[in-house]
Amino acid sequence: MKSVRAESERQRWETEVLEPALKKSPERAVPFTTVSGRPIERLYTADDLATLDYSRDLNHPGAFPYTRGIHPTGYRGKLWTMRQFAGYGTPEETNGRYQALLAAGGTGLSVAFDLPTLMGRDPDHPLSLGEVGKCGVSVVSLADMERLFDGIRLADITTSMTINSPAPMIFAMYLVVAEQQGADWKQLSGTIQNDILKEFIAQKEYIYPPRESMRLITDVFGFCAKEVPRWNTVSVSGYHIREAGSTALQELAFTLRDGMEYVQYGIDAGLDVDDFAPRISFFFNSHSDFFEEIAKFRAARRIWAEVMRDRFGARSERSWKLRFHTQTAGVSLTAQQPYNNVVRTALQALAAVLGGTNSLHTNSLDEALALPTEAAATLALRTQQIIAHESGVANVVDPLGGSYLVERLTLDMVEGARAYFDTIDRMGGMVEAIEQGFPQREIAEASYRFQQSVERRDKVIVGVNDFVQEDEPPVPILYIDETTAETQLRRLKELRGTRDNDAVRRSLDALRETAAGTGNTMYALLDCVRAYATVGEMCDALRGVWGEYEEVPLI
Amino acid sequence: MRKIRVIIAKPGLDGHDRGAKVIARALRDAGMEVIYTGLRQTPEQVVSAALQEDADAIGLSILSGAHMHICPRLMELLHDKGMDDVLVLVGGIIPDIDIPKLREMGVKGIFLPGTPMQEIIDFIAANVRPRMERV
Repeated sequence: MKSVRAESERQRWETEVLEPALKKSPERAVPFTTVSGRPIERLYTADDLATLDYSRDLNHPGAFPYTRGIHPTGYRGKLWTMRQFAGYGTPEETNGRYQALLAAGGTGLSVAFDLPTLMGRDPDHPLSLGEVGKCGVSVVSLADMERLFDGIRLADITTSMTINSPAPMIFAMYLVVAEQQGADWKQLSGTIQNDILKEFIAQKEYIYPPRESMRLITDVFGFCAKEVPRWNTVSVSGYHIREAGSTALQELAFTLRDGMEYVQYGIDAGLDVDDFAPRISFFFNSHSDFFEEIAKFRAARRIWAEVMRDRFGARSERSWKLRFHTQTAGVSLTAQQPYNNVVRTALQALAAVLGGTNSLHTNSLDEALALPTEAAATLALRTQQIIAHESGVANVVDPLGGSYLVERLTLDMVEGARAYFDTIDRMGGMVEAIEQGFPQREIAEASYRFQQSVERRDKVIVGVNDFVQEDEPPVPILYIDETTAETQLRRLKELRGTRDNDAVRRSLDALRETAAGTGNTMYALLDCVRAYATVGEMCDALRGVWGEYEEVPLI
Repeated sequence: MRKIRVIIAKPGLDGHDRGAKVIARALRDAGMEVIYTGLRQTPEQVVSAALQEDADAIGLSILSGAHMHICPRLMELLHDKGMDDVLVLVGGIIPDIDIPKLREMGVKGIFLPGTPMQEIIDFIAANVRPRMERV
């Protein structure tokens, strides 16, 4: 009866209030859609939530399915971790930036590696020309890892490392540095991204073919369950999928489906789901469409809890709880009027917080131009601190719970993601979907549609296609010169002249043998690292066994 | 009249190909013939693709900061092969101080983030050198 009454109230409002108002002043002639192109109604009411079941779909925070948060006290207990991604030049330069971030109140480190490191190439490889130390810090061997964390106690901080194909090699280096400092591996905490599926889908920093790449990941799962139990073994990332141009829904669906693929491969490798699933974490983008993003984060927690319990039979609550890091949307930043980016980032960061993120990186205003200067990086951190300490939003758990709009969007995200799961399941899984180019095509379509909407000015981007300003004063930018490459090349030569090259050769042979068989590659990699084998040498050894992946380019 | 033929390439180690793919598609929709080389092409590979395809223009997408290494090498190779009439464009993250240097080495179009696709389409149409075979 209530809904009938609501409907008639709604009809009365439409005829008596809305229609006369529209006649007097019509709505703006723009498409009312999210940044993902999803249509948004004028008004949401209780009618939109007729199917919502509170305890099934939302429940209180800390209770299954965790839509309203994994902690019963939200941020009243512990604020999110303010983790600023940083890295450039030599390990010493980046170490200096870390010391500054920690001194400014940053609560965790996050390492950005340069492209040669990310692609498993030493600085003297022809493809490394011009790339050493440019987009991140250059780490060639254990010696560089020692320099990177010089004076930083790894037992006392958590470190996130954005590294994928060579994740096991870099992780092995981190573990050996921790060992040198006398830290107990069992107490170490941090994250390696180690998410190869989104590389095939979006960022394209892959080395080996998909199945061999998955083997490396399940080796890390098995190794960490035994040796480094508090380490987050994979950070399943939607960030790059979104940056590549996906919609919010595609980001959510492909990321969670990637996570499900890792869980399935772990189970297939003989691991108990509750032994490794609690250490799977997630990494999302926070884009500019405020409510759509909040809905995405809330939906992610619910979907993951349900699939872990119901699809994979996980029994531990720790396996059900989705924990995630968020980074504001780099792709939304503009080179024009760069100070506007501070505002964009603040809004995106607020959406992430209202969505209940567990850690957060805020982008710097100059990132459409270059890597951030120290001043810009500090302002980005201050943005988070203002949200945390001044805005009041951290006082209450899930402040938007019950919003007609946000709950409707959250339900739609859940339904939309499930539809994508069905499609991908029918293809045989995510590895198979990637091999068929499915997520890649979906993203390319979405990104082209978005670009066209910008060209048509259906979507206004302030300072780019509207409110344009001529003669803008330039902002100071960080310019990375060639001295890093020179330093790293010189050090590589010295290393090869001073280390025990027989020991290196033996360790690389053992790695090849392990890779060709079924042993856990992590132990073999630790031996290579201790012998000061380089990232390029370790990756080449595996290239020799497994070959390299090459994608068929789609446009 | 032969269609304008453009090579879109992504040299260097970076895999962020959103821009390259969007512009490839926009040029194709604008009636040009587009050959997208895929990722991680050396300047040698890009020039050889341009030669084989008899390209009128080469568009490079570079975000990583490696442009001051890739562009000089590419321009030198084009010159060696007598392909100075091929229009070269670069899109991506290019610091201001590098722009005059790139122009000096013969890069005709430099497009920074936020450039409308139409601007790039128009630039190519206006600047490709008329060629004998395009009648």
